[in-house]
Amino acid sequence: MPAVSKGDGMRGLAVFISDIRNCKSKEAEVKRINKELANIRSKFKGDKALDGYSKKKYVCKLLFIFLLGHDIDFGHMEAVNLLSSNKYTEKQIGYLFISVLVNSNSDLIRLINNAIKNDLASRNSTFMNLALHCIANVGSREMAEAFASEIPRILVAGDTMDSVKQSAALCLLRLNRTSPDLIPMGEWTARVVHLLNDQHLGVVTAATSLIATLAQKSPDEFKTSVSLAVARLSRIVTSASIDLQDYTYYFVAAPWLSVKLLRLLQCYPPPEDAALRSRLTECLETILNKAQEPPKSKKVQHSNAKNAVLFEAIALIIHHDSEPNLLVRACNQLGQFLQHRETNLRYLALESMCTLASSEFSHEAVKTHIETVISALKTERDVSVRQRAVDLLYAMCDRSNSKQIVAEMLSYLETADYSIREEIVLKVAILAEKYAVDYTWYVDTILNLIRIAGDYVSEEVWYRVIQIVINRDDVQGYAAKTVFEALQAPACHENLVKVGGYILGEFGNLIAGDPRSSPLVQFDLLHSKFHLCSVPTRALLLSAYIKFINLFPEVKGTIQDVLRSDSQLRNADVELQQRAVEYLRLSCIASTDILATVLEEMPPFPERESSILAKLKKKKGSSKLPDLDDSRRTVNGSSEHAEDTEAVNINVNQGPIHTSTDILNLNSTPSSGASLLVDVFSDMANPAPTEGSEDHFPRFVCKNNGVIYENQLLQIGLKSEYRQNLGRMYVFYGNKTSTQFLSFSTSVTSDIVLSSHLSVQAKPVDPLIEAGAQVQQILNIECVSDFSDAPVLNIQFRYGGTLQNIAVKLPVMLNKFFQPTEMASQDFFQRWKQLGAPQQEVQKIFKAQNQMDTDVAKAKLLGFGVALLDGVDPNPANFVGAGIIHTKTTQVGCLLRLEPNTQAQMYRLTLRTSKESVSQRLCELLSEQF
Amino acid sequence: MIKAILIFNNHGKPRLSKFYEHYNEDTEQQIIRETFHLVSKRDENVCNFLEGGLLIGGSDYKLIYRHYATLYFVFCVDSSESELGILDLIQVFVETLDKCFENVCELDLIFHVDKVHHILAEMVMGGMVLETNMNEIIMQVDAQNKMEKSEAGIAGAPARAVSAVKNMNLPEMPKNINIGDISIKVPNLPSFK
Repeated sequence: MPAVSKGDGMRGLAVFISDIRNCKSKEAEVKRINKELANIRSKFKGDKALDGYSKKKYVCKLLFIFLLGHDIDFGHMEAVNLLSSNKYTEKQIGYLFISVLVNSNSDLIRLINNAIKNDLASRNSTFMNLALHCIANVGSREMAEAFASEIPRILVAGDTMDSVKQSAALCLLRLNRTSPDLIPMGEWTARVVHLLNDQHLGVVTAATSLIATLAQKSPDEFKTSVSLAVARLSRIVTSASIDLQDYTYYFVAAPWLSVKLLRLLQCYPPPEDAALRSRLTECLETILNKAQEPPKSKKVQHSNAKNAVLFEAIALIIHHDSEPNLLVRACNQLGQFLQHRETNLRYLALESMCTLASSEFSHEAVKTHIETVISALKTERDVSVRQRAVDLLYAMCDRSNSKQIVAEMLSYLETADYSIREEIVLKVAILAEKYAVDYTWYVDTILNLIRIAGDYVSEEVWYRVIQIVINRDDVQGYAAKTVFEALQAPACHENLVKVGGYILGEFGNLIAGDPRSSPLVQFDLLHSKFHLCSVPTRALLLSAYIKFINLFPEVKGTIQDVLRSDSQLRNADVELQQRAVEYLRLSCIASTDILATVLEEMPPFPERESSILAKLKKKKGSSKLPDLDDSRRTVNGSSEHAEDTEAVNINVNQGPIHTSTDILNLNSTPSSGASLLVDVFSDMANPAPTEGSEDHFPRFVCKNNGVIYENQLLQIGLKSEYRQNLGRMYVFYGNKTSTQFLSFSTSVTSDIVLSSHLSVQAKPVDPLIEAGAQVQQILNIECVSDFSDAPVLNIQFRYGGTLQNIAVKLPVMLNKFFQPTEMASQDFFQRWKQLGAPQQEVQKIFKAQNQMDTDVAKAKLLGFGVALLDGVDPNPANFVGAGIIHTKTTQVGCLLRLEPNTQAQMYRLTLRTSKESVSQRLCELLSEQF
Repeated sequence: MIKAILIFNNHGKPRLSKFYEHYNEDTEQQIIRETFHLVSKRDENVCNFLEGGLLIGGSDYKLIYRHYATLYFVFCVDSSESELGILDLIQVFVETLDKCFENVCELDLIFHVDKVHHILAEMVMGGMVLETNMNEIIMQVDAQNKMEKSEAGIAGAPARAVSAVKNMNLPEMPKNINIGDISIKVPNLPSFK
């Protein structure tokens, strides 16, 4: 007799479902559903009280309608009413509706919680189970608050039924996932551990799941579970299948429990107690041995269950990473699976081998399977499996096999599935760089990569190849030759044109000796691609052309003709037009010396972590790494040079004039000059960093980089750059502890007055900082008009259980928006006189705080942002400076004079600007520095 | 943890959806459609695991599925679950359904959504595996049925009688419930090899 016979269902429901199924069109279906909804609604709203059966029927109909994808916005109240029915079937339907449909609708949650509370107290195990199921299925925070202390009590109470214990354990586990902070640890934890010895295997399984999760949070609390788990596992593994009758699944003894126990053991290091350890090793060996035994059943379920345990055992062996013997056996076992006819096993074997490859004991053993893995990559019909094969090749790659693996991946790339191409590209790029012994191979590989899968080569990849070529002079000639040859292909990818343009622009001279790649040939080749490229690439090519003018004076005329043509000079795109105008002008008026300086070869990039690696990690989401923006910036550490439109766009939205100043200032940019001097300054500033952010703030008046805040937990470092009225600040948050920071968040606040003068926009920051890790946040700053206060950076995070709040004054001061101005003494005096009105001048006489040293004072003034003018003041001991403060609304010219009096140990500082508030603020800021 | 359990037929019609994490209705429907799309285009003898499905979230999650006759059973799980273990769990689920409905077919799932939910609730609770022992599960389900019968016997009978009479009086009540396609039983699930 079937447990559910079709006759005793609800007739109205069956009719409704049949109606829906007979609907010929979507419209008819919607019509029928709307009719039913209206019917139910009127029934619910009607004056007549519905009996339990009708409510149940209607709620079932609503569930069915919901499954078909229609929004249900009523009926919740009726469902809640069903909860308090004392008929099991009605209560059950009520709970079903709630767990399928209710979200954290706060009014109802209170009513639901009330019903749950009654059921938990009912001592009727069926009702208790329904209530626990509901808590677990909804799992909202309100529920956790209401029941987090009640459930542990039920779980460990002596008189609780087994099935309730099972539900209570999982319910607690669920609440721990949603609101870990609400679960109190206490004496119940010790008693939960003892559930591992329970008679009922269902209870043991549930308890193991619970402990495995809680042990990750507080391992010490549950340490005693290790010995119990090993004992239990050993009993299962060595049992004859008959012992665990009900929990034997296709001749495998309690497979789920075994898997859970092995998972639990993965929370801990290998046991220290020798006896325990050998018992565990014995278990693992038995499991490995069983894999070799002939199967007890031909059914796939039997081998599935057996292998589920086996894979988990291998995972534990890899986790312990301490028994070379077991590791090698595990590797051999996986090797067998690599050729198994079950696709699932091949998939899982590749996946497990990936982790195995990182162990030093088994890395070599894994490498022996390289041919199998490569053939899997080529012949496997399933993309999921091929993807795992790529992962494994990546993991097993080292110096000895890198060439083979990279070559195989490249050839696979030609036919790879579109969905995984980008990832393969990144992996190839990383391996090629990491294991490059000679960089010619690296250059070849990346160019091949662009040729085969140009569309999937992200910016990071081609930035990186340029970065490497520029930093290594041994490969530059080869790179130039190779890109030149690659560009000769009739159709080449735009990314190749970018790389080619950049590299020939820098190093085209290295191959110009060969008549086949003479300057003119190089230029013609590049220019033949010009019209097919997008605007950013064309901009890059224009920069390459101006570099050509410097490298090869003989093609100057040709290039000038190109620049002069209407398609450049009158181009619709502002950036292109501007570059053409400026480069043309530059090439006409500048002497060869100036050209050579301005267009000098790029300086080497600072060595940092590969941006590609960062991108891959980000893609994989496995670990938190610096923001991608940072890596972009690294690659284009070239924000000062016009070669790279990307960089210009990213860093600052600068006005058109700026590109040209950039070129002209290539070797004397204000920012680089300042940071050089700042180093001098920071050496002699407080050698020991002091506590408290107030102390650090003034130190940032004359410098842009350094540590702004530090306590036992957190260090905050800053790097900032300013240009005209815009600034960008990189804030680095370093976790000094050995625990994660959770819920990390920051905000920048300014008071109302300040916020109208200065806007600070913070990019989002990662909410989690791993122990010892550093995360970066970017703040974009815009100065609207002059200001005197400073914005405050508020930081909030959870360390251990407690919430930490830190507020730091951000060193954004008016003088950051200075642009230094050089002028002759005559000009200076003329302007000085113009600013003669009493409110325009601010003067302060103050006592020297530090030793009066001319060089230090000079460094500080330069750091402050003004240009120092020599030979203006008749007294050579005095300092005279000039600069312009850029705000969005106005520009304020500013002159200053600092007169030291060494005998009196005093200074006199005079500031004249066209705006009173500016003079005032600058004087305040600067006078505290000496 | 199990994030969602979906059952749909070969045409993508959902037959059961159970989410253990909250989404709004639109997203749930979108997830079902996307999952169907991912799963249905796969060949029969490829592996039963696949990553992807942006909606279901992140590389830590996998879809583990089985295809029986007209139905797909799909579990979306994170890395804390054993893949093969979940495959077996699907099998236990189907075998249990088969015992409870005596040769389960798609129609059983349609007309007894509540029962299917109750059976599932005995196995998976709040996304965690509660019970894997089929006998235990069936015992619980039987106990429920008994309770249901006894309640129906005492209190339900008058109510049902009333509603039956009411239904008879309803003019729009279709005289002849079209059971055309009900009588054509969908081929039974293959006996589990």
